[in-house]
Parts: sequence; structure tokens; C-alpha cells
Amino acid sequence: MKLFSYNTVDTPIHCLSGFTKLLCFLLLTFAVMYSYDIRVVLLIMIFSIAILKVSRIQFSQIRTMVIYALIFIVTNAIISFFFSPEMGVEIYGTRHRIIKLVGNIYLTQEQLLYQVTKFFKYASVIPLGMIFLLTTNPSEFASSLNGVGIPYKASFAVALTLRYFPDIQRDYRDISLAQQARGLDLSHKAKFKDRFKNSLLTVIPLIFSTLDRIELISNAMDLRGFAKYKKRTWYTSKKLDRQDFTAIGISALIFIGSLCVSLFINHSRFYNPFI
Amino acid sequence: MKEYFKVSTKTIVATGLGAAIFMLLFMYVKVPSPVPETSFQTAYGLSGFFATLFGPIAGALISFIGHALSDAVQYGSPWWSWVIASGVSGFIFGFAFKRTNVEEGEFKGKDILTYNIIQIIGNVVAWIIVAPVLDILIYQEPASLVFTQGATAAIMNIISAGVFGTLLLVAYSATRTKKGSLSKK
Repeated sequence: MKLFSYNTVDTPIHCLSGFTKLLCFLLLTFAVMYSYDIRVVLLIMIFSIAILKVSRIQFSQIRTMVIYALIFIVTNAIISFFFSPEMGVEIYGTRHRIIKLVGNIYLTQEQLLYQVTKFFKYASVIPLGMIFLLTTNPSEFASSLNGVGIPYKASFAVALTLRYFPDIQRDYRDISLAQQARGLDLSHKAKFKDRFKNSLLTVIPLIFSTLDRIELISNAMDLRGFAKYKKRTWYTSKKLDRQDFTAIGISALIFIGSLCVSLFINHSRFYNPFI
Repeated sequence: MKEYFKVSTKTIVATGLGAAIFMLLFMYVKVPSPVPETSFQTAYGLSGFFATLFGPIAGALISFIGHALSDAVQYGSPWWSWVIASGVSGFIFGFAFKRTNVEEGEFKGKDILTYNIIQIIGNVVAWIIVAPVLDILIYQEPASLVFTQGATAAIMNIISAGVFGTLLLVAYSATRTKKGSLSKK
């Protein structure tokens, strides 16, 4: 599995600096997470799908994510219905029955609105995350984290994670093949318990070889004077230009708009058409 | 107390690489559970192990970064409430740092007990308090559902951090030179 299947395409979205994209991603996600108004949620969803089109992301790049996310949202919808079928009634304060399901469980209009809103709410965050992941250069990611105010040491840890994940994945595969050659069965033929135990026996050498590597890398970084100063500059950081300010402006407007709809029109996080 | 929050270059590197292994385990080495959307994650054993070796800051960041990135890679967007809860659990695991003799090559009886008490507190706080409360605040999920999921996650992560974490710590202590293992004749 490739981590960030980032490739350079000349689109307005790719040209934005990583900082802008991170900030816009956060603003839009918070806008959609705060609001439980289906109109706001749908607008943001249409907007994010439009941006997905603009950034020319191929469906093949995001297919696995879409499948995983859909499974997640659908199971979430089903189980949250069976855990509390009256959640909608509680939230909106009215009760319009549609049909009787099993036993005492009724499908109500309120529950339907709550669940449909929730479905689109979660669905609309996903394209935003995908755009951010697939159009941001991984090496620019750390500098943009530092840009939004995260201490540079923590940003550097993220950069190290992104840098070493492919290496660790490769080591994991190598160790797993070596262990299989020695006779550890990791295939479907082995019993479930043995398979789990054997997969732990591949993880343990991986962890201990990583501990050695930590020593090596931190010595190398110390020798180059890492963390000598309170601030640092980033090789990959870009200066913000007009496009960046436009993008931040649009996202900020959507964010404020979503807050205003909740505060002044709905007077709560929920849009209530029943009263 | 101060040395708990000291961030050296080694802490940063351990965080970065630890988060990478956390991601790998989180995505590939897990067992699904009967309660939907939860699974038995070996990753928390790893975060317990790293937190005990490198302290609360490393523990919190490893679980936070690892969980956020693996969510992002799999689903396109992190599920923030649980990502934050992961960070909290790692942070609390970190209080086992310097409380055990693992660096001196001994990890037995009392050390195992100390580590496990701390990891149980961490998991209970993170999964029975932080995760469900944030789920309700951020996502307005039904309370009965999130508390069921939280309790399941707590039990499974206690087992993971308890069994897998303890095993790793015992194995690690065996690689350390014992205190006073050399004697002058």
C-alpha cells in the first residue's frame, strides 16, 4: 500500500501551499462537524466534490478508501439505529411515526432526518481528507504543521513517521517472509490462534530492529545540531501568494457561515423542520 | 517530574518511528471483535512499550500520530474523538517511564504490576471517559452506543497493552545489561 499516492499535477489545488491546504482542511472539517443542518452539510459536500474534480484525482487512487469509508458509515448508521432508535425524537422533540418495524421499534421522521444528516456529514468529510492527502507533498506536510502552530519538534516527528513508514513496511514484509521460510505458518491454513501468535513473532524482531535504528538516527540528528534553536526554517515551505489567500478566505467564509447558521438561524447545532 | 516532559532528539526519533510501527500494526495486525467498529489492536501494546521507554510525550504523540495517519490513509479522514482518546491513553501509559527497572535489565513482579496498573488506568480513562464523551460532544452519537463501544475498546486494549506490552518489556529488559552484573575480584 502506498502511503500518500501523491503525484504532481498542474492544478490550482496542487499549486496551493501545504499550509493553506491544511488550514482549509481544518476549517472545512470543523464547519461540517459542528453543524447538524442537512442544508449546510449538503452544500459543503457539493463543494468538496467539486474541489475533488478540480484537483483531477482519479477514482482508482481513492477506491479502497471509498470502500472502507462506506462500510464504516453504513455499519455506523445501522448500529446507531438499533442502539437508540429514539435519538431523533429526543433531539427534535416531536414524534412523527412512519412505520412500525419489529417489536416496539418505530421508524420516525425525526430519526430518519438525524441519520440521513449524519450519513452525509461523515460522507462529506471524506473527500476533504482525500484531497488534502493526495495533493500535498509529504515533505511539505511537516512544514505546514509547523505553520499552523504545532511545535517544530512534533512536526518533525510526523515527518519522520512519513519518511520511515515505507521502510518499516518493507522490513515487516522481509521479516515475515524470512519467518515463513523458517516454517512459521501465516496462511489461512494455520489455526487462528497460531496465526495470531506467528504474526506477533514477526512484529517483535521488527520492533527491536527499530530500537537500534532510533539510536542511529537520533545520533545522526544530534551530530547535525538538531533542536539547537527554538525555531527552524523548512526547505520545502512556500511563501503564500494570492491564490492561497483566496482559498483561505473561501474556507473561512464557509466556516463562519456554518457557525452563523447554527447560532442565528437554527439556534442550536440541529436544523429542526418539525416545529 | 521534569524529566518526564523533557524532549530530546531521541524522544522525537522514537516518536516518529514508533508512530510508523503503530500505523503498521493498526492497519495490519488486528483481530475484529463482535462489537461493530472496534477491534483487538496490538498497536496499544506497542504504545505501552514505547511510552514506558520514552515517556508520556512520546507515548501521546505515537498513538495520536499513528492513529490519525492510519485513519486518514484508510478512510480518508481521521475520526478525531478516538484519535484524541488514543493520544490520552499513550500519555497516561508514559507515567510508567522511570517507574520500572526495565532499563536496568529487570522487569519482574513489582515492575510488571506497576506497568499494568498504569496501563489499566490509561485505558479506562481514554476509552470509557474521553472517547465516548468526545463522540457525544463532537459527533452527537447515541450515548448507549458509544459507551458500549468504549467499554469494549477498553477491555481489548487493556488485554493488548497488558499481554503484548508486558511481553515486549520483558524481552527488552533481557537485552539490557543488568545492574551490578560485573564484580571485581
